[in-house]
Amino acid sequence: MSERTPMIEMRSVSKHFGSVIALSDISMKVCSGEVMCLLGDNGAGKSTLIKTLSGVHSPSQGEMYLDGKPVHFKSPAYALDAGIATVFQDLAMIPLMSITRNFFMGREPTVGWGPFKRIDWKYADRVAKEEMAKIGIDVRDPSQAVGTLSGGERQCVAIARAVYFGAKVLILDEPTSALGVKQASVVLRYIAKAKADGLAVIFITHNVHHAYPVADAFTLLSRGGSLGTFRKADITREEVLNMMAGGAELESLDAELAEFQRSDTERKASRESAVSRKETSSASGK
Amino acid sequence: MQAIPLWKKALSRPELGALAGAVLVLSFFIVAASGTGMFSPAGIINVLQVAAQLGIIATAAALLMIGGEFDLSIGSMIGLAGILIAIPAVEYGWPLWAAILLAFSCAALVGWINGNLVNKTGLPSFIVTLGFLFILRGLAIGISRLLTGRTQVGGVHEHVPGDWFAALFSGEVATGLFAWMASQGWIATNFAGNPVVTGIPVSIVWWLGLTAVATWVLLCTPYGNWIFASGGDKNAARNSGVPVHRVKISLFIFTAFSATIFACIQVMDTGSADTIRGLLKELEAIIAVVIGGALLTGGYGSAIGAALGALIFGMVQMGIFYTGVNTDWFQVFLGVMLLVAVLFNNFMRKKAMEAK
Repeated sequence: MSERTPMIEMRSVSKHFGSVIALSDISMKVCSGEVMCLLGDNGAGKSTLIKTLSGVHSPSQGEMYLDGKPVHFKSPAYALDAGIATVFQDLAMIPLMSITRNFFMGREPTVGWGPFKRIDWKYADRVAKEEMAKIGIDVRDPSQAVGTLSGGERQCVAIARAVYFGAKVLILDEPTSALGVKQASVVLRYIAKAKADGLAVIFITHNVHHAYPVADAFTLLSRGGSLGTFRKADITREEVLNMMAGGAELESLDAELAEFQRSDTERKASRESAVSRKETSSASGK
Repeated sequence: MQAIPLWKKALSRPELGALAGAVLVLSFFIVAASGTGMFSPAGIINVLQVAAQLGIIATAAALLMIGGEFDLSIGSMIGLAGILIAIPAVEYGWPLWAAILLAFSCAALVGWINGNLVNKTGLPSFIVTLGFLFILRGLAIGISRLLTGRTQVGGVHEHVPGDWFAALFSGEVATGLFAWMASQGWIATNFAGNPVVTGIPVSIVWWLGLTAVATWVLLCTPYGNWIFASGGDKNAARNSGVPVHRVKISLFIFTAFSATIFACIQVMDTGSADTIRGLLKELEAIIAVVIGGALLTGGYGSAIGAALGALIFGMVQMGIFYTGVNTDWFQVFLGVMLLVAVLFNNFMRKKAMEAK
């Protein structure tokens, strides 16, 4: 695995906002056909990291390489052109517009020339329907509004759109966080498929049950720095869960809970002994 | 997998409510105004002319509203454009085509400023264009009083003949067809043997033409998709590569153009310009657009709906005139119609967004 050229690689990337260090010395690489799961608490730098990858921010220090070549993105449009597609939480979907209109928004296929250039609706509808069918969502009518789809299906349209327009690197910002179990599984199945198609996927989530089945590796962020990258083979679900929840904090929480439990049992025991005393005294008074 | 029935598809179209309303109003007046001449050829032309004038600006207002913005300066732009056409032509001897080009250039500038202010400041277009409602009206009155000492300029008629550009905004089309229909006895003639309706006023042609072009743009072109996207969610649109700012500026320029087209037709028709022309037209245009099924928040609507809204407007205005009801009631009806339309549209939109 290590001799392959990673599809996307960050080498000691830092990002400062004034005196605030949002990212410090992050190195990470994702090969094609691999899912990297990005974990970390709120404020750990996950969103700064993906915004740097997707061209919203440019790194203060360090380099990024796409398929072995150094890249500098001036805006999200450059990153998109280079093949880095980011599906943000708001999805960039417009509920009142049709699936097809959303799917091709900003990149409409046209036929004809000059002032008679028009959207090739037949082609666009067919592609939208096919791409949705590939991920197992049967769209009866691609001209129906996106608002009529469920949350998971909308997420899939957003991902399918990114994949269709030639993404090599797919960045997903908490794609399953607002979804029910069934809908999340639809999205996860699609992530697995994107991986099988050879995309490099960076997947951000809070839910270990969603992360573990599809991820190949886990990178843990904390306070802007990386706590390390772990291959799936080297780590168990429980260890991941521990990492995500912030292991040390959880342990101290455990200790506190144990303390509570202990004092509870003591109080209970003393109350029980008091009750039994009462009983004995009332029994003796009879 | 089953096909979606056609009627269900039709229900999700924005112009459905306006179509139902138009049919309702039409059948009402067919009964109420029977025998009054409202549905004679001349009466129909009258109704269509009223509808056409409003329809021209409503089409542009519809595209803009779908794009997520309002333009309250349309009415004032009509007054200013009229002055900009009449004063150079009448007072300074400009050829009419040059005066009309001047008016269109100023309209483009106004639209460009409106659009840029909205884009750059992030202020609601309601406020920005409300400012221009007063600025443009004031400019129209100020300029014409400064240059001519009056607020009305007449005598445009004598400049019209022979001007190729002015011909686009004046007179009637298909006059030969109407003469021929009269000679066949299909339409009534007056005492001199001329048909009572000599042709289709050019305003109606402009109205239908603009509605057709706007519908085509909305439904069939990438630019149309960008209009929907810009109005639906401008951040989402921008993230997907839609040039939201350019779309909005072009739409503001188009509403100012439509006001200028309106002014041209009116000035050629009446032979004069008046600074108070176009008063309240911006609100009438918004009413027509909303009756036509557009969403005030943007991202949803249709040009055909706006045309139907204008048609309802024309039918009611002329119908009240023909049936002899006091015209005071027109405004009451208009307000009620607006409320009913908005309620109906809300209901339909909820239906459309319900799961499959």
